[in-house]
Amino acid sequence: MLRRRLNRLFGGDEKRVDSRTIYVGNRPCPATETFIPPKFCDNRIVSSKYTIWNFLPKNLFEQFRRIANFYFLIIFLVQVIVDTPTSPVTSGLPLFFVITVTAIKQGYEDWLRHKADSEVNKYPVRVLEDGQPARKDSEKIKVGDIVEVVEDETFPCDLILLQSSRDDDTCFVTTASLDGESNHKTHYTVPDMEKDLQSLSATIECEQPQPDLYKFVGRMHIYKPEHDPAVRSLGPENLLLKGATLKNTKKIYGVAVYTGMETKMALNYQGKSQKRSAVEKSINAFLLVYLCILISKAVVCTTLKYVWQSQDGQDEPWYNQKTEKEKGTILYVKMFTDFLSFMVLFNFIIPVSMYVTVEMQKFLGSFFITWDRDFFDPEIEEGALVNTSDLNEELGQVEYVFTDKTGTLTQNNMEFIECCIDGFQYTAFSSELDSFCVTDGPVSTFQEKAGREKEELFLRALCLCHTVQVKEAGPDELGGDQVDGPASEPLRPAEQRGFIASSPDEVALVKGAMRYGFTFLGLESKTMKIKNWQNDVEEYELLHVLNFDPVRRRMSVIVRSKSGDTLLFCKGADSSIFPRVRPEEVERIRMHVQRSATEGYRTLCVAYKRLSVDEYAAADAGLREARLALQDREEKLMAVYNQVETAMSLIGATAVEDRLQEEAAQTMEALQGAGMKVWVLTGDKMETAKSTCYACRLFRRSTELLELTVRTLESGGRRREEMLHDLLFDFHRKAVQDAPPARAGVNRSWSSANPEYGFIVDGAALALVMNPSPDTNCSRYRSLFLQICQNCTAVLCCRMAPLQKAQIVKMVKNSKGSPITLSIGDGANDVSMILEAHVGIGVKGKEGRQAVRNSDYAIPKLKHLRKLLLAHGHLYYIRIAHLVQYFFYKNLCFILPQFLYQFFCGCSQQPLYDAAYLTMYNICFTSMPILAYSLLEQQIAIEVLLDNATLYRDIAKNAMLRWGPFLYWTVLAVFQGLIFFFGVKYLFSNPALQDNGQVFGNWSYGTIVFTVLVFTVTLKLALDTRHWTWINHFVIWGSLAFYVVFSFFWGGIIWPFLKQQRLYFVFFNMLSSVSAWLVIILLIVLSLLPDILLGVLRKPRGPHTQQKPAQSSGGHHQTSDRPLLMRTFSDESNTVM
Amino acid sequence: MMASSYNAKEEDGHHSGSVGPGGPGTGKSKKPDNTAFKQQRLPAWQPILTAGTVLPAFFAIGLIFIPIGIGLFVTSNNIREFELDYTGVEMSSPCFNCSQTYSWNNSCRCSVPFTLEQPFESNVFMYYGLSNFYQNHRRYVKSRDDSQLNGDKRFLTNPSKECEPYRMNDKMPIAPCGAIANSLFNDTLELYYVYPNGTKTAIHLVKTDIAWWTDKHVKFRNPAGNNDNLTITFQETTNPINWHKPVYELDPTEPDNNGFINEDFIVWMRTAALPTFRKLHRIIQKKDSLTPTLPPGNYTLDIAYNYPVRSFDGRKRMILSTISWMGGKNPFLGIAYITVGSVCFFLGVVLLVIHHKYGNRSSNAEIPN
Repeated sequence: MLRRRLNRLFGGDEKRVDSRTIYVGNRPCPATETFIPPKFCDNRIVSSKYTIWNFLPKNLFEQFRRIANFYFLIIFLVQVIVDTPTSPVTSGLPLFFVITVTAIKQGYEDWLRHKADSEVNKYPVRVLEDGQPARKDSEKIKVGDIVEVVEDETFPCDLILLQSSRDDDTCFVTTASLDGESNHKTHYTVPDMEKDLQSLSATIECEQPQPDLYKFVGRMHIYKPEHDPAVRSLGPENLLLKGATLKNTKKIYGVAVYTGMETKMALNYQGKSQKRSAVEKSINAFLLVYLCILISKAVVCTTLKYVWQSQDGQDEPWYNQKTEKEKGTILYVKMFTDFLSFMVLFNFIIPVSMYVTVEMQKFLGSFFITWDRDFFDPEIEEGALVNTSDLNEELGQVEYVFTDKTGTLTQNNMEFIECCIDGFQYTAFSSELDSFCVTDGPVSTFQEKAGREKEELFLRALCLCHTVQVKEAGPDELGGDQVDGPASEPLRPAEQRGFIASSPDEVALVKGAMRYGFTFLGLESKTMKIKNWQNDVEEYELLHVLNFDPVRRRMSVIVRSKSGDTLLFCKGADSSIFPRVRPEEVERIRMHVQRSATEGYRTLCVAYKRLSVDEYAAADAGLREARLALQDREEKLMAVYNQVETAMSLIGATAVEDRLQEEAAQTMEALQGAGMKVWVLTGDKMETAKSTCYACRLFRRSTELLELTVRTLESGGRRREEMLHDLLFDFHRKAVQDAPPARAGVNRSWSSANPEYGFIVDGAALALVMNPSPDTNCSRYRSLFLQICQNCTAVLCCRMAPLQKAQIVKMVKNSKGSPITLSIGDGANDVSMILEAHVGIGVKGKEGRQAVRNSDYAIPKLKHLRKLLLAHGHLYYIRIAHLVQYFFYKNLCFILPQFLYQFFCGCSQQPLYDAAYLTMYNICFTSMPILAYSLLEQQIAIEVLLDNATLYRDIAKNAMLRWGPFLYWTVLAVFQGLIFFFGVKYLFSNPALQDNGQVFGNWSYGTIVFTVLVFTVTLKLALDTRHWTWINHFVIWGSLAFYVVFSFFWGGIIWPFLKQQRLYFVFFNMLSSVSAWLVIILLIVLSLLPDILLGVLRKPRGPHTQQKPAQSSGGHHQTSDRPLLMRTFSDESNTVM
Repeated sequence: MMASSYNAKEEDGHHSGSVGPGGPGTGKSKKPDNTAFKQQRLPAWQPILTAGTVLPAFFAIGLIFIPIGIGLFVTSNNIREFELDYTGVEMSSPCFNCSQTYSWNNSCRCSVPFTLEQPFESNVFMYYGLSNFYQNHRRYVKSRDDSQLNGDKRFLTNPSKECEPYRMNDKMPIAPCGAIANSLFNDTLELYYVYPNGTKTAIHLVKTDIAWWTDKHVKFRNPAGNNDNLTITFQETTNPINWHKPVYELDPTEPDNNGFINEDFIVWMRTAALPTFRKLHRIIQKKDSLTPTLPPGNYTLDIAYNYPVRSFDGRKRMILSTISWMGGKNPFLGIAYITVGSVCFFLGVVLLVIHHKYGNRSSNAEIPN
């Protein structure tokens, strides 16, 4: 059946669109009669967006696609077209500034991209032409070209390895630039290649380009004149990726299969979707409000204008005749243009500069994260990384934290702790120091327990069943040390840096075996060498590796020993091994495994099987066939693996310890104290994960655990669905209905006497909840499940597939109130949830860089999360929230007097302020202080924030940007606007304000209002500033001084080229009037009075909540004396090959 | 490999705070600098608004503002001010007849008698006031050409477009152009003291120093600075439509007050802020320290009634006022200062009470680390 399908695929579907055919060396092949050179894209990498020609239009188009820019453009155009009160310059200049700065920035970035592109594209490569290497630019490589690459060069495109200078037909590459894994990976040439590439006549069929770095299926047909075409299967182990670097290999030849933008690297660098922060949503909501205010103001004014004009003699008094043009315009057109004019007059209420300032604040503010020395990790020599600055403030809003376990909560730094062979436990060494007695101690203890044969078998299994490499420099050294005699101290350095593997568990196991006296010497041309107790070197031929994958949770190798025995060694999670071994063996070991798991160790079972010649032949054939498959190769391989890995016999089990990350418990405690709910999402088994949770103090002794796992579902002996139903309702009643009415979430007092619940769910149960079978009619399960989860202090989801992690995040994200979620993880399996959550944090762990690359922020260690959220997030949120509110506030009280003035000037759109003031207000006079504030403000000192996690709750749920505070700011702005306008108006009831009897005009009026405005608004910010650095002083007093200097300057000379000299000496005359001084001082004081008053009445934030954390850190230490952790098999690590 | 690393920040406004995800080769940053700024540890002054700091401030404001307010109020009250509406709306008004004609060119004269109860001791400033006159209407405000008024020859004969429809008259450029200039207030006000015996004596009204010094000397200039021959300077222009006489005859007697630098004209050109306004018209200098500038008694205001306001329901007033250091009479400032000062004082007292009642609790909480 399988074969038939394979055959059909081989024979018929040559021209399927989902595969491509490549002619090696671009030579026609005998099998295809007509050689049509297939068209593929060239090897040019284009990451730039613009060319010189399309930069301007394209960039402008993209910029004006932003709604804000477009709005300002419209306003500008209205000003140009319609006769409006303010000149187009007032809004054109800021807009022009914004657009230009953005364009320059984007142009510069694009220029960098162009440069980088051309560096890559012009890189010289050698392409084999007529047997001779010819130099070419990298961009000229065509699909099918045979490319030569020498050591330490990066591959110019995706290549199929044809020939290597190494004898064993392998080459080593490092993919550091692709996924950050700096270890050397082995790639293999296409098997049985002939040496003469010139005469090679072959085609390669492979799938169409796809971004998965670790997947590749292809098939090579080699045509020889007298033979049938030979077929070789191609897998990821034959594919050399563009961007990877050749190591330890002098020279290779490869044929280009994917080029240019179709390479896996290029496909992987497609931009991420942009995340928007909650603050941005608030801004948009406020904008809408202000837009409504703006429009209603314009409508009111237009209406009033026509009401006023309808009175006798008001529309066109004799002293103020209309122009011919105005008289000729139709009434409705006039009304419309009047409306537009009012819009223009009031449009400063929605300022361009807010966007600029917000962007600048985010951009500059994010540097404080990268600069923070507390985030610097001496081990990896790196600090924090900010991939997007758009989400800074979101760090202060997190309600749910989803954390990975392996590598995040735990160090992913494995240490072999104990093993169990045939039911006997071996804990020969408790610390590394015991490795002195490698030869004697363990052996003697071994012999007391299981039989020597069993022990040897177990250790051989550990030595053989893995994909560990010995570092290239290592073997000589290692060998030299070990040939001489019993291993002693010199062994240790070699032991520490000798092995490279994608999974740290494997290294731990190999090292563990080494301590017991079995040393893995390396893999050379499919021969694995191990050194046994007698210091003899045993050689095994490696026949097959049945790779690890998270679904099977096990891996196997098939080796042939010198004596000709074919052996299969398999290691894997107990749940995947136990069903495949003889049941009577299981019982003896299961106990140990369970005990180890509850200790928090990662357990692993080892089994073996002796394959008869027939069995092996069948397995071999099956494997080869499956590997050749183009379609569904994974599934087919899986089927064969499952066939082979049966009826094994269990040898023993291992326990590996994974330490908790530094300060993991404190971090978790702080996060919980801050009102965040921590969910652990792991692929690991329940017992291990549970003990990690206890160690991290996510669960406490007092926590009542609610378990919704396969075990509890099946315990009742009823159908799973029924059980699920009962359990869900039972838990719901417990956790939700019986819970005190105090709202769950941030208000929940976590140290109260209420019973705490911890919820444990596993992947299978989750699948039942998320995708209930259609007949059970239980769509309610989801909401029940969610409610239970939300009412528990901590939730542990174990046995999760990566996709399920994302599913959970999505479910919480979309639940009622749309809480802000944060995902933190370090491995490729966390990428999906990192991308799904509002904020994705990558830990620069040991499992490669994929998580970091896809994250929004990357930190070296879990413990840094605490400062990132509690201090940085908190401060960023306060800063930006204040920034946004302040911007709306200052523009409302800026424009309100102008609006009020319309009632006293016949609604004629007469601006109150001079055009220069209108333009400069947001750009120069009031922008710098708020920017400095929003970068430097620390209402609460960082140390206090870190010590008092509960402070984080004060700003939860977007507290500073909800309608309440917004209303407060708006009312304040209206109050101040009214004071400004009417204060000066009453003063102007007698405009003779100078001691020489001379009078002030309308521009003096505006200037007095404006002066009061600038001072009030700046001093209001000064009142709010709780952290006065010299920069704040400089900027606040500086911009006030600048305003005064500018006003003197602006009114000080007759400006050439300006039509109007409205402000000539207005400011100076204002200052010469005592009344003006007095009114300015009075109005400033009066405007600030309510704020000062509220500042006193409102309790100062910060130091008032110190008791709770102190109490909690003292209370729960029953687990703190167990610093180490723990657990079982590396279910989650991703194996590369 | 770097080629693609910029893709991550391609979105508009999507910045990357650090080196792009270019792999460990580029990401290997050194340890961040330990500067106070980068570590957000700049030394800072951290004021906290507490009752302790604000209370004295409130009392201080109260204590400063109330005396200032009282001073202002007293000063304002000491200012003599007399206002006379001579619009002539009522039948009984002497100017009733004059006000009935809406046209400009009637030289209707009327005289309004009035009595001053109090003596005006110091210099007296005579204002004219207009009501319901929208000098701050946008069309009106912008209808001027400052370049022309600054004596720029190019704009003398080619006034700005803003002056429409008061830009050209019979194809001759108007100087000064625009609606403001065109509607120059042109009532002539003459003040007579009526002795008890019935004889009238004219009071000398000074017409200089009524405009801002900078306006008169810098902002407004006659073209070419050729003051003697203004007739020639302005020969290519025509007078504004409503004017009886050309601009160079505004004050033929005094060359320094003629043309664009005529102070009545300059004062008019500074547009008022509100539709009811007053403008300085004349100054009555104090002659000697013994007699008041305007002793109590009967006066007559003789008006050459030229300026029509009835069409837009306007009012015309003549105001006599003395001036103090704070300007003209305006009780608002004094009252406002007293009010704000009292409010501050009151708040200070309230806060003091609150502080005393609840002070213990908050002071406990405010002890920082």
